[in-house]
Amino acid sequence: MSSLEIIDLKTHFPTPDGHVRAVDTITLSIMENETFGVIGETGCGKTVLGLSVMRLLPPTATIAGKIRYAGRNLLEVSEAEMRRVRGEEIAMILQNPTTSLNPVIRVGEQIAEAIRLHQGLNKRDAKKKAVEMLDAVKIPSPAERANEYPHEFSGGMKQRVMIAMGLACDPALIIADEPTKGLDVTIKAQIVELIQKVTEKKAMLLITHDLGVARELCDRIALMYAGELVEYAQIKEIFENPLHPYTRGFLGSLPDQGLVPIPGISPSLIELPDGCRFHPRCKYTTDVCKQKHPEMIEVAEGHFVRCFHA
Amino acid sequence: MIDYVLKRMIQLIPALLIVSVVSFSIIYFAPGDPAETLCTGPDGTANPKSVEAFRTKMGLDKPLYTQYLIWLNNVLHGDLGYSYQSGSPVFNHIKRAFGATFKLSVVSLIISLAISIPLGIISAIKQNSPVDVACMVGASLGVSMPNFWLGLLLMLLFGVYLGWLPVAGYGDGGDLEHILLPAITLGTGSAAITARLMRSSMLEALGQDYIQTARAKGVSERIVISKHALKNALIPVVTMIGLNFGYLLNGSIVVETIFGWPGIGRLTIDSINMRDYMMVQGCIMFVAILFVVINLLVDISYRYIDPRIRYDAAR
Ligand SMILES: Nc1ncnc2c1ncn2[C@@H]1O[C@H](COP(=O)(O)OP(=O)(O)OP(=O)(O)O)[C@@H](O)[C@H]1O
Ligand SMILES: [Mg+2]
Repeated sequence: MSSLEIIDLKTHFPTPDGHVRAVDTITLSIMENETFGVIGETGCGKTVLGLSVMRLLPPTATIAGKIRYAGRNLLEVSEAEMRRVRGEEIAMILQNPTTSLNPVIRVGEQIAEAIRLHQGLNKRDAKKKAVEMLDAVKIPSPAERANEYPHEFSGGMKQRVMIAMGLACDPALIIADEPTKGLDVTIKAQIVELIQKVTEKKAMLLITHDLGVARELCDRIALMYAGELVEYAQIKEIFENPLHPYTRGFLGSLPDQGLVPIPGISPSLIELPDGCRFHPRCKYTTDVCKQKHPEMIEVAEGHFVRCFHA
Repeated sequence: MIDYVLKRMIQLIPALLIVSVVSFSIIYFAPGDPAETLCTGPDGTANPKSVEAFRTKMGLDKPLYTQYLIWLNNVLHGDLGYSYQSGSPVFNHIKRAFGATFKLSVVSLIISLAISIPLGIISAIKQNSPVDVACMVGASLGVSMPNFWLGLLLMLLFGVYLGWLPVAGYGDGGDLEHILLPAITLGTGSAAITARLMRSSMLEALGQDYIQTARAKGVSERIVISKHALKNALIPVVTMIGLNFGYLLNGSIVVETIFGWPGIGRLTIDSINMRDYMMVQGCIMFVAILFVVINLLVDISYRYIDPRIRYDAAR
């Protein structure tokens, strides 16, 4: 059964410079217990995708499409209902724990707050639960650490706090935005292991640009380019049979493949190229790529790709 | 904590010494002679004999450095000297005047905060709305309007035309009736500055990632603002409020003079006019010490509200 279903989602930002098409017609669904990865270069719209699900975008954003979760369209529920969804049904672990934790509120309180809010526990019990959460994400001496402030934590520890905060109310779906960014190899491995453990029975949308992390954690992954998905399939299939030139480029930029970056830069989301959005950077470009925008097609069971040459 | 305060206090000693030397010399070299000023009778001439006698009595015939050392020695023994004019201890004058200034400062501060903090917050959350624009135009007016002018306007309106409040004076030990106009005059100027800072610092806080985190937890917008953003936004504001209060406590010469408020500002300016050097020196030293103490208190409070700069955090 699917946990989250995103249908034709378009999230645009009208700005004085033009229309930023940050998320442009994305359709995907995440099964219960599944970890679905979204991978893409910086600025392709991954965070905006996550924030759209949480409805945490600035009021200037325009959102269209459907986000189905637990039998309703999240884009249509009231703001009060949405507040209940946030943290309790769906948690989002925002990118960059250093700036995402409030510097002047004790770590324990930042976790306890959500618990009080959604589970109606009193101050003391919520605090106790917060300490348990810190313990669950393997923070040593959690009772003392709960009384400390974020600046007293290392980068990896802050990430653990963010995870504890996300898990506090036991949501069924977690959106994790770059949970391993900026961590060194050992710490990264620990965080990956932790995420693996705590999300075993949950659905997760994992946003990352680290294919290595995706390979460890995800059941399926999607590659996102300039606001749209260009390919998605089971993780094994993507690694064994990548079809989209962007996917291949991305795989080729892995350290064990010699770190060959994709030439060129992502297009501006205001002035997207005609035809296939990837064509200016693609070495297989033909006339059709310049003229027509390719549709997502299913090339093998559960393997979708948006390319005329696949 | 105690260590920190002690260290700061010790660092203050040289600064205070310099202030005292400088103020002592400026007073000494300034034109005018206290003996002559004080001994001048209604006929406009001074009796040379009594001038001479006054000089000897007050030690004004001694060289400057001797006078300074005597003064310093006395101060270190807790004696600020005697007013040339009234003959009573400088300390008593300052105490009385400071009491009046303190009252006025507290009421001005309350008025200032009651206006500025809510307006700053509302402006920030309703950024660019008519409310915001109105507040900020008001704040610009408040900043640019000179105190004496606002004071006189208020005096005319409430004192003369409407007759609701006394025009000036200290009344019965500085009662509420008398305090309101000078306090509003002082309070609005600082309210304007505080409101602007509150607004910009609130806007900055609201744009931070941790605000998004709070919303992602399902926290209501009211709590996002009053807890997550405000706690951060208040940090710079508290510093400014503290310094502002420090300025208020120094006594506003202009406002105290216009409203006939017997505070420290007026005491200073009156003693300068009378060449009452002991009193001037006493006032300057008092204000200097007050200023550094307020600064220290602001620093300490800053460390309380911003956990990132706690000196005892080095665990
Ligand atoms: N509030 C906004 N107003 C206008 N444009 C925005 C806004 N928020 C995001 N964008 C734009 O949307 C695009 C996608 O941003 P997003 O943060 O989703 O990228 P990302 O894929 O998460 O990148 P990264 O890997 O660096 O986190 C960017 O071009 C960004 O400039
Ligand atoms: Mg991002």
